[in-house]
Amino acid sequence: MPTSFIPTAADLLRLSPDIVLTAGGALMMVIEPLTGAARKARMAAIAVLLIAAAMALSVMAYSDPGTSFSGMLVVDGFSTFFRILVYGCGLLTVLMSVDYFKRERGSESGEYYALIVFSLVGQSLMASANELVLLFIGLEISSIAGYIMAGYLRDDKRNNESALKYFLLGSFATAFMLYGVAWIYGLTGSTNLDTVRRAILGGAMEQSGQMLMIATALMFVGFAFKISAAPFHVWAPDVYQGAPAPVAAFLSAGAKAAAFAMLVRVAASAFFPLSAKWEMLLWATALATMIVGNFAALRQSNIKRMLAYSSVAHAGYILVAVTAHSEVGIAAVMFYLASYVLMTIGVFAVVTLVASKGERFVEIDDFSGLVQRQPMLAIALTIFLFSLIGIPLTGGFFAKFYVFKAALDSNLTWLTILGLLNSAAAAFYYLRVLVVMYMKPAAEGAGPVDPAGIGIKAAIVASAVGTLYLGVYPSAVLDFAGKAAQLVK
Amino acid sequence: MTLFSDRLLDIVLFLPAIGFIIGLLLPRDNNELVRRYTLAFSLLVFIVSLGLIGTVTANPGGSSFVTDEVWIEYPSIRYHVALDGLSLWLVILSTLLTPICVLISWKYIQKRCKEFYAFLLLLECGVIGVFVSLDLFLFYVFWEVSLVPMYFLIGIWGHEKRIYAAVKFFLYTLTGSLLMLAAIIWLYNKSGTFDLLLLTDMIQKGRLALSSGESFWLFLAFFFAFAIKVPLFPLHTWLPDAHGEAPTAGSVMLASVMLKMGTYAIVRVCLPLFPEASREAAPYIITLSIIGIIYGALVAMVQPNMKRLVAYSSVSHLGFVVLGIFTFTQAGIDGAVYQMLNHGVSTGALFILVGYLYERRHSLEIADFGGVSTPAPWLSTIFVITTLASVGLPLLNNFVGEFLVLQAAMQVNILYAVFASLGVILSAVYMLWMVQRTFYGDTPDAVRHHVTDMTGREWAAMIPLLILMVWMGIGTQSFLPPIRANNQKTLEMVQPQAPAVAATASPAETTGEVRHAH
Repeated sequence: MPTSFIPTAADLLRLSPDIVLTAGGALMMVIEPLTGAARKARMAAIAVLLIAAAMALSVMAYSDPGTSFSGMLVVDGFSTFFRILVYGCGLLTVLMSVDYFKRERGSESGEYYALIVFSLVGQSLMASANELVLLFIGLEISSIAGYIMAGYLRDDKRNNESALKYFLLGSFATAFMLYGVAWIYGLTGSTNLDTVRRAILGGAMEQSGQMLMIATALMFVGFAFKISAAPFHVWAPDVYQGAPAPVAAFLSAGAKAAAFAMLVRVAASAFFPLSAKWEMLLWATALATMIVGNFAALRQSNIKRMLAYSSVAHAGYILVAVTAHSEVGIAAVMFYLASYVLMTIGVFAVVTLVASKGERFVEIDDFSGLVQRQPMLAIALTIFLFSLIGIPLTGGFFAKFYVFKAALDSNLTWLTILGLLNSAAAAFYYLRVLVVMYMKPAAEGAGPVDPAGIGIKAAIVASAVGTLYLGVYPSAVLDFAGKAAQLVK
Repeated sequence: MTLFSDRLLDIVLFLPAIGFIIGLLLPRDNNELVRRYTLAFSLLVFIVSLGLIGTVTANPGGSSFVTDEVWIEYPSIRYHVALDGLSLWLVILSTLLTPICVLISWKYIQKRCKEFYAFLLLLECGVIGVFVSLDLFLFYVFWEVSLVPMYFLIGIWGHEKRIYAAVKFFLYTLTGSLLMLAAIIWLYNKSGTFDLLLLTDMIQKGRLALSSGESFWLFLAFFFAFAIKVPLFPLHTWLPDAHGEAPTAGSVMLASVMLKMGTYAIVRVCLPLFPEASREAAPYIITLSIIGIIYGALVAMVQPNMKRLVAYSSVSHLGFVVLGIFTFTQAGIDGAVYQMLNHGVSTGALFILVGYLYERRHSLEIADFGGVSTPAPWLSTIFVITTLASVGLPLLNNFVGEFLVLQAAMQVNILYAVFASLGVILSAVYMLWMVQRTFYGDTPDAVRHHVTDMTGREWAAMIPLLILMVWMGIGTQSFLPPIRANNQKTLEMVQPQAPAVAATASPAETTGEVRHAH
């Protein structure tokens, strides 16, 4: 029971990034109707400032790590890492969206940026919640903003389909999770992760093992949906294909990172005592996710759809590291997500540009001769694709390397070998894009790529530099991840 | 000055990478500038690399130009490069062939010049990196990095089926190398290091104990990756496609340098790390290599396409190299390493000459030629000399390598030698038959009109290779001593050393027994 309802300064500091984003986002909603159409672009600048402030505050909060609000929220290396990661992802999404809506609708829209900010609040809560109900609230905040963003272009049929699918399936899956949380509460008398863990260690396993397994299974369904693990991945291709490209980037990068943060924290704290029982399930899910993602991606001709399946496959690789259930594995998950966010945002940013008004050019063949038409854009896309394949000197390579190293550490030899063979098969569909880009002449109908705005340029350059940086000097991020991974337990 | 000479190897390694970046910044439409720049730059790299020779030959058994610095703290990945007798000539071969490739592409490559030459320099950096890395992780990085430029070289500037060939090449190699990555990580998890010398030392001294099953699977994972690259029968199917479709410069780099990455890595990595597994697998691998020798030769014989013919002849020649390595005799490994260089020179030259013919007649079909010696006597003469070198005529380079390998095969098992010599005979058959059909007989009008003799630039590309063919055939002593010294070291690791192991494993026991005997 809380001893005092008045939060201390430390409590407030630990929650401050979320407070700033919530207040700022609400303020944006208020002033949005008051700004003239010409000035709406300023809303993007406000969003950037808010996110930057949240980043700075989360770094400050990390100087004094600990729990707050009676153990509901925890600020540790792990949560700080993911806060910065999702904020970074939000920042890049804002940058790449700047000209997008002007292009698609003829006018900027302020609510969109407010929605990103709200979604970030949810994601940041998912990363730092130490309590299942708060976790669920974070998940819902992030998801609801995501549902709206997926259908933001109301007049576009594809957007509507995408948003509806995402909403229906998403709420169905979160309901499963909530049901699981309720069971856990019934079994252990608490929703606090540490208390649940103590209850499981203290005999809940012996008394009601079956029910505990069902409860965790229910929660796992919700998690699996959010990380798009097979067989709960079917929404991802439709949603990513239909949603506006910057939104697809945001959903497949930031939302997925936050979902993994949530999964890892729950698996590594509350349910860690059960990990031996879960190994087989995670093992099979990881393998199925990799295989389904990669082999479905092989058959796609629409690049957004292909990237959606590829993001499913990447979830599979990350699950390999989760299966390892070790500190090395958690560090590998963190590193993987960092480089995954960069390369995904980057590749979607390039797709956004090439797609042109109305997203007409989203077939893989529309990229033909890109290196002739837009050499710099093509070079950036090459870096991202090589990173997705996992070629050395890109972040994607070290990410895979650490994941499979963690798996071998935990004696998951077969999963490693199958995973590596999977990533060889995956090379094929990324190579297809490279082939049309470099080796095919530009198609007749392919229009000139619109000149890129400063925002999206910045997003692409930042992602490319980040991808290469992680590929040459992974130490800085990995060291931090290694230290943060120890704090989870 | 000392700083410069100590760091010479790093300079040779990264100079091409710098050249690649500068090359990208050159103007897109000035092809002549790009060509001249790349030629000058690659010649510079070659000249600098010549400075490596003196130091290595003076210290034949050890490593020279060692740089060992931390790249990544944890997991401990080091930038550890060095040069020794095994890698020296392969590095020189790479730096020599790059300017030659620039020369032969001068006319051949007309579209997207800038990218072509940039990729060529990146490729040079990648292959040199493979030959000098002593950290397995670094080795893997360069191994993969060298894959990328070659993929583009084949895919953009190749012939008709280039995309199929490029993707096939990429996926074959990637599959192999990913399994190698698993093995590298496994070794690291066991030992805590990626350093090849350290790992070798740990295994030799018994501080890193791998069970025989473990070392078998690890050996297999490494060997699979290398065998794809060599390529060893039956993993060779990517090679004829890649060669057949690549532009001339791509074929030259692929045959002369990149295939050697596989055989080099077998000697560098597989033998020292898994001596017992290597010995156990030897009979099977030798059998495969002999099948490759004969199969490659037979298929080469019936190829209507010159480039594919030379490609299959590579399968056959590389079979000799693998055979030599797995005899585990001094002569065998010396011959194998020498044969790597010989094949680099003579097959590289053959690809160049076939490329010259293609530029004139725009065909690679043997049937489209005939009587070329009439309009182009010098071209024919050089082609014949190169052919003779390739089939192993005494006094020319290939003879030395093949002779050493056959001699070693004879020591091990006379049957090996018998079947392998069959390959030598067949190579004379298919090569000379091709020469006969291409250069002699009636001259069709198309050939008479289109085929002209060598130009100055074409001479410039061929002369160094011709000199090497003769020099390496006669002046074996200029090249062999550092190779031999290094192989001696490798052999000591591979030979069964049962008494020594027993002594180190249980010194107390042995001394006890001795006392007891007294």
